[in-house]
Amino acid sequence: MTIQYNQSDPEAAKPARAAFYNDPAVRAIFWQVVVVGGALALVGYLVSNALENLARQNIASGFAFLDLPAGFAIGKGMLDYDPSNTYLRAIVIGVLNTIKVAVAGIFFATIIGVLVGIARLSPNWLIARFATVYIESLRNVPLLLQLFFWYALLVEALPVAREAYGPVLGFYLSNRGMNVPLPHDIGFLGLLVGIIIFLIAAIWLYRRNKRIHDATGETPNTLGPTLIMLVVFPFLGWAAGGFPTDFDTPALTGFSFKGGGVVSAEFMALWLGLTLYTATFIAEIVRSGIQSVTKGQWEAAGALGLRRSQILRFVVLPQALRVIIPPTTSQYLNLTKNSSLAIAIGYPDIVSIAGTTLNQTGQAMEGIAIIMAVYLTLSLSISAFMNWYNKKIALVDR
Amino acid sequence: MMQPIKTIALTFAAVLVAGQAFAGATVDEIKERGAVRCGVSGALAGFALPDSQGVMQGLDADVCRAVAAALLGDATAVEFVPLSAQQRFTALQSGEADLLSRNTTWTLTRDTSLGMDFVGTTFYDGQGFMVPTSLGVSSTSELDGAAICVQSGTTTEKNLTDYFRATGMSFQPVVFEGFEESVTAFVNGRCDAYTTDASGLASIRVSNVSNPDDYMILPEIISKEPLGPAVRNDDSEWFDIVRWTVFAMLNAEEAGITSENIDSFKGSDDPNIARIMGDEPGMGASMGIDDAWAYNIVSQVGNYGEVFERNVGASTPLGFQRGINALWTQGGLMYAPPIR
Repeated sequence: MTIQYNQSDPEAAKPARAAFYNDPAVRAIFWQVVVVGGALALVGYLVSNALENLARQNIASGFAFLDLPAGFAIGKGMLDYDPSNTYLRAIVIGVLNTIKVAVAGIFFATIIGVLVGIARLSPNWLIARFATVYIESLRNVPLLLQLFFWYALLVEALPVAREAYGPVLGFYLSNRGMNVPLPHDIGFLGLLVGIIIFLIAAIWLYRRNKRIHDATGETPNTLGPTLIMLVVFPFLGWAAGGFPTDFDTPALTGFSFKGGGVVSAEFMALWLGLTLYTATFIAEIVRSGIQSVTKGQWEAAGALGLRRSQILRFVVLPQALRVIIPPTTSQYLNLTKNSSLAIAIGYPDIVSIAGTTLNQTGQAMEGIAIIMAVYLTLSLSISAFMNWYNKKIALVDR
Repeated sequence: MMQPIKTIALTFAAVLVAGQAFAGATVDEIKERGAVRCGVSGALAGFALPDSQGVMQGLDADVCRAVAAALLGDATAVEFVPLSAQQRFTALQSGEADLLSRNTTWTLTRDTSLGMDFVGTTFYDGQGFMVPTSLGVSSTSELDGAAICVQSGTTTEKNLTDYFRATGMSFQPVVFEGFEESVTAFVNGRCDAYTTDASGLASIRVSNVSNPDDYMILPEIISKEPLGPAVRNDDSEWFDIVRWTVFAMLNAEEAGITSENIDSFKGSDDPNIARIMGDEPGMGASMGIDDAWAYNIVSQVGNYGEVFERNVGASTPLGFQRGINALWTQGGLMYAPPIR
């Protein structure tokens, strides 16, 4: 029997449709609504249950405590803080401290990790073994123990403040930390502007260089101009500020150093521990990325006459970055969250300060909620940035 | 396609069956469990520290045992829960511990906004400072600009700040979560002074440093620290039992009853003693416990004086004098309402 598509009978032309409750699209939407609604209902139930129990036991709830005076002191930080300031200000200082150690940790962990990862693949037997020993030993010991180790090392090996090493160019080193001289004159802003202008000019020069190279294959000399700019621009900035030379140098008075800035022993121990620990993981990720590039690439590049360092820089690493970036994002997030171990060695990060707050006000749920919100924001920001970077440097397959 | 329905339905059912998470009647729970769950420090010599056999020894621990003797008739029916300074209130609020006997200071904020009530004071203390003798400091007024080690989340932190603000001095706080870490940092010279309750300082000087003579406790006491047990505020029967346990120990010492001579007081003509011994009925029934509750406390654990001398007294390494912790009849602050 032949099928006849009769123009005057549109009903016969349509294929048989299933009932709407058998339609896959409708079913998908239905289950999604049910699951999301169920999840929201569950969360709502838990929250209301908690609030009811808190009210029954007469425990305060809500975030009104943020306006109350804190009443506890915090070690020297980036903002001025007095115990009569609010809890909110104390928490902000905690967040800044966490960001400070996370940024410093991520930056140096990346540098060390990349170098050690490449070193482990070096044809030089000694360098490769050193890298292996470093990675294997630090990767397998729990981070908390490493932090205790570094802190104990700094506190026991360095002298007490009254017998500090120094001054060397105004720097002092003791088991309280490193005291540094700080610029004291407003004219130093000129120097800062000069350095920023130099950085912008150097980046512009590098990109111009790349453009010329892509277009003509020539590599104009950049080292000379860069060095000249490195000297000239900051000098001009310093001159514009009026040649300031006034430094706020630390001096030992009574129990401790007055004046200048301080990099506390707690910060140094935390930064050292976090950096060296996370660098081992990043090193392994870099190694896996490099090994993921097919051997043919190495051989072809070698056949073109490129040295090993040039092969790494121009051929292998750009391809390896595709493999390296996503796991490295995870390691950055791990580093940020691992900084919460700071309270064990006395560094006032957000967990330490929010913990003190929740102990003094008795509001455990709000305190933990604040900590969770802070880490969630930090982690989402880091991963958003890394995802953008990943897209940006992705190789476009032709 | 029935799988998702089943999973979701089961989840909802489980959640609803788990029911409202209310805190039930504490006394019933303890009787059912057969032991009192007592939150203690577990790291403070003289107050709660396991000995070489693993048995918790200390003043706070003995108070827990006395409560168990009163309620359950058996001083060994105690489960000790070691708690850090940060965990202790949450552990009590959530029901992980029934009684918090953890050298906790009785303050207004803690009494009113944490959902717990303090039953009384078992040790009147105050906050002090400890410095290395080599520092050459003899008074707290010389500590301007010093770095001070302190444990996080305690009244110590707050008092320290208040004291330095009041005297117009400044200091550098170094705040640790762990007790051992804070003491280690002090011993290594990371900070110039250590601060906590004077009883805690004496305890550290005796058991956590290599040479006690290298350290001295400064004479100034900068705050009132009445240490006492606390319970949740949702069970007044339990509150009464714990409170009158402490009072019974004090009343027994006042009457001269010790764990050694208690049986000689049986059948005494003195109605006061008769009520403590349980010979005169009614004192326990009103709290829902056995009339021999006070007898059990004193015979199994001891009166307050015995507990004090055994754990922190002159014959122990801590070597505290009774001082303000003596009975009111001896010029101290310990005064218990009568059992009648």
